[in-house]
Amino acid sequence: MRTSIAKTSLRLLGVSVAMFGFGFALVPLYDVFCEVTGLNGKTSNQAYESVGADVDRSRTIKVQFLTTNNDGMAWQFKPTIRELRVHPGELAETEFFAKNPSASAMVAQAVPSLVPFNAAEFFHKTECFCFTQQTLAGGQEIMMPLRFIVDQDIPKDVHTITLAYTLFDVTSKASPRVAQAN
Amino acid sequence: MSTTTADHHHGPAKGFSRWLYTTNHKDIGSMYLWFSFAMFLVGGTFALVIRAELFQPGLQIVQPEFFNQMTTMHGLIMVFGAVMPAFVGLANWLIPMMIGAPDMALPRMNNWSFWILPFAFTMMLSTLFMEGGAPNFGWTFYAPLSTTYAPPSVTFFIFAVHIMGASSIMGSINIIATIMNLRAPGMTYMKMPLFVWTWFITAYLLIAVMPVLAGVVTMMLMDIHFGTSFFSAAGGGDPVLFQHVFWFFGHPEVYIMILPAFGIVSAIIPTFSRKRLFGYDSMVYATSSIAFLSFIVWAHHMFTVGMPIAGELFFMYATMLIAVPTGVKVFNWVTTMFRGSLTFETPMLFAIAFVILFTIGGLSGLMLAIAPADFQYHDTYFVVAHFHYVLVPGAIFSIFAAVYYWLPKWCGNMYDETLGKMHFWLSFVGINLTFFPMHWVGLAGMPRRIPDYALQFADFNMVASMGAFLFGASQIFFLFIIVKTIRNGKPATDDVWGDSAEGLEWTIPSPAPYHTFTTPPVVH
Repeated sequence: MRTSIAKTSLRLLGVSVAMFGFGFALVPLYDVFCEVTGLNGKTSNQAYESVGADVDRSRTIKVQFLTTNNDGMAWQFKPTIRELRVHPGELAETEFFAKNPSASAMVAQAVPSLVPFNAAEFFHKTECFCFTQQTLAGGQEIMMPLRFIVDQDIPKDVHTITLAYTLFDVTSKASPRVAQAN
Repeated sequence: MSTTTADHHHGPAKGFSRWLYTTNHKDIGSMYLWFSFAMFLVGGTFALVIRAELFQPGLQIVQPEFFNQMTTMHGLIMVFGAVMPAFVGLANWLIPMMIGAPDMALPRMNNWSFWILPFAFTMMLSTLFMEGGAPNFGWTFYAPLSTTYAPPSVTFFIFAVHIMGASSIMGSINIIATIMNLRAPGMTYMKMPLFVWTWFITAYLLIAVMPVLAGVVTMMLMDIHFGTSFFSAAGGGDPVLFQHVFWFFGHPEVYIMILPAFGIVSAIIPTFSRKRLFGYDSMVYATSSIAFLSFIVWAHHMFTVGMPIAGELFFMYATMLIAVPTGVKVFNWVTTMFRGSLTFETPMLFAIAFVILFTIGGLSGLMLAIAPADFQYHDTYFVVAHFHYVLVPGAIFSIFAAVYYWLPKWCGNMYDETLGKMHFWLSFVGINLTFFPMHWVGLAGMPRRIPDYALQFADFNMVASMGAFLFGASQIFFLFIIVKTIRNGKPATDDVWGDSAEGLEWTIPSPAPYHTFTTPPVVH
């Protein structure tokens, strides 16, 4: 009796520990799931290796750019062009303007999100300022490039893509380096 | 054996140390029940602060910041402090007596799992007096509201959740170990009373999801204090991830709070219908199906976060599927009553009210399950009406029913039937006055968790507030009935409810001796 109670209890304790681990395993699982399905409008945070492909001139996709500053972020941040019309397969390029109006150096991270979700996996960025953190000294301005290709296989019902960037102030997280720069 | 050692073995110790050191399942069950009742009154007081503020439009009594703390603390205290410990208390009292076991399988751990709870809730309630106030982000504590924008007291909240999670996990391990190992000879799984069955399944749910809750608050803790970015988009995390992990815990949690209620009602209705429960086997299978489905429907709480259409449809259909096993249960209860020779003692009144009002709550749940309609209902008082209909006349009425039904066995005295019925009718009217109008203001667009509202909602809110105070006051009356029963109720008979009540617990004397079934009974 005693051994069977101990056995049951230990097994159940094992399940609890495993489920605690599973809670944390949900984090990478969620990221993988989002990347595979394009859920949440997550685009890849790796530069896309362009493959030789024909430009599909029969279709035109409207790509709109939005910028938002996260709560308390003081930078000026805006796209130079609000909207681009591109053909699938064509390499397109635009620039975003950012300025740090404060007196001290700041570090920012732009986080992209894209709608419609089913277009996320067909929107390839070959170069993006969102891949890395941006450090600007006080008063410094910068033009940040974005190069992208809309995949030829993008679903037929997608005519407009909206790419929204939210700019976060991550100075405090990156502070040791910036403190040195200051 | 000398008399002193006999006393030592067969009677409880005296004074406070009896309760502090006890490993007796009946003592621990009583402590759980009293503790949960205390928390019920505390959480109820918070609810009355909310209803007092909402009595009229505009801000009268409390500031919005404090109002937010009240909604948060009300939810947390009621879920983790009132409903869950009450069910664990009932499990402690009843499961060993129902399966013919002398005690729980792990009596010392049982003591520990109770005694860490008062510390958890003291810590939780102490946040009300801290600088920056108590947690104010709602009981669902969505990030980043509960991380980046949280008051400093959030850390105490996190540790309180850790402790109550540990308590629930230990309680569940104990319950499963008891049911699997200590059943009396002949008590096969399919002969177990349904209360034991539903708790068996509930305990598995708890073991599966409480660690996930512990995980999600740990991630919050790391985000707040250790610079990680689980839920912060700036660092590559995602706030929506929080909602997924939380509701992966949260939806099974909803069933943790209702499955034991199903077991209680399945015990009471046959007794007062003087018939056997209709469809015992299907009850077991329906409970298991509900438990399984609870793991694959979580995202119906977050239809509006932005999901692909396939996700919306999956979670919508899976959610609606739950209506099938639940319908089986309601059908079985109604069929049990059909052509029975019914009497309407207090436990039966609460049980019948449970069936009717829980079904109303289930129906509004189905309405919310329809994804496109949910975009309209989301975060309105319709949601508040829905989950209070399943929790108050669902979980809480079943606990009232259980207390009236088994109290004579626990304390040996019969409660006063007239007072019990008065308590029922006051509660019944109170609850419906409180929560039914919320359906209407919700459908008309009144948002939840806001201390002020547009003028057109004023009348219904006033009715709801009056109902809430009636319901609250009738619980003080409930306390009076319980104390009166324990102190000077009429002695109860051993079988309490006559022949129609089935189960081993009715074969032992009233009040139940301190030690029961030290030699296992034989079940045929």
